[in-house]
Amino acid sequence: MWLWIHKLGSPPHFYRIAGLLTPWFGWSAGVLIAAGVVSGLFFAPPDYQQGDGFRILYVHAPSAWMSLFTYVVMAIAAAIGLIWRMKVAHAVAASCAPIGAAFTAAALFTGSVWGKKMWGTWWVWDARLTSELILLFLYLGYMALRSAYDDHQKADRASAILALVGVVNVPIIHYSVVWWNTLHQPASVTKLAAPSIDPSMLLPLILMFFGFNILFGALLLTRVRGEVLMRERNADWIRERVSQP
Amino acid sequence: MTLIEHLQMGGYAAYVWPAYGFTAIAIVWMIVGARRAHRAGLEAARRRIEMERSHQ
Repeated sequence: MWLWIHKLGSPPHFYRIAGLLTPWFGWSAGVLIAAGVVSGLFFAPPDYQQGDGFRILYVHAPSAWMSLFTYVVMAIAAAIGLIWRMKVAHAVAASCAPIGAAFTAAALFTGSVWGKKMWGTWWVWDARLTSELILLFLYLGYMALRSAYDDHQKADRASAILALVGVVNVPIIHYSVVWWNTLHQPASVTKLAAPSIDPSMLLPLILMFFGFNILFGALLLTRVRGEVLMRERNADWIRERVSQP
Repeated sequence: MTLIEHLQMGGYAAYVWPAYGFTAIAIVWMIVGARRAHRAGLEAARRRIEMERSHQ
């Protein structure tokens, strides 16, 4: 196992294995998301309180989950990069930011539209909404910080520290609906307890949830491959890879 | 219920469709961005190799 992880940490192995996995991840994510959208929009019954408006849940909740999950992956990768000076780990952290920013923007937009209908307002400075907005700024700040450096190594270190400091925001977002009882409702689906949602409404959510996670995998692998090529321009293995299309 | 009626989302169409639309745009943007990042890496590597060749 350790040997396998160590091998994956070496750029040529990572590049090759990631290239083999990406199409599988991409296509299975596409199938899951398509099934989730169709079942969520057309087959799940309307909610007894929110009517068809609750269907926003199927894009909102997975986006919001991915916005946090991506940040956790980014912070862990940044920590591994700082501690063990692993090149691929820094490449992973750098690749997470734009993906996380897009998921966060989607979570904020879909939540805002949903809030407009259900709460009568696009935006409130509620704890969940505010901390999620801070998450977007963390991603954007991380990307701006990286682009301010020409040197990869300096960018890696400075941005890794920012990623690690910003990780305090993750539990704040997650527990915000419990700590501060404001407008945003608490989660209806938890892994520990039985979910308070009907199976016919739950299935599209599960499909979307897995679809989004696997999509993230495909996107991350593709981006990290690009980052690895950027960083290891001198290595011999790249000569072989680049010469063949 | 007809399909058209269903697409009106019981009066929530103006909220449901923009939410799905924005998410779709975000996903397409992420896919295009990831592919572009990979291609940029390939091109940078190719340029570097050609430079080295011309200096030899």
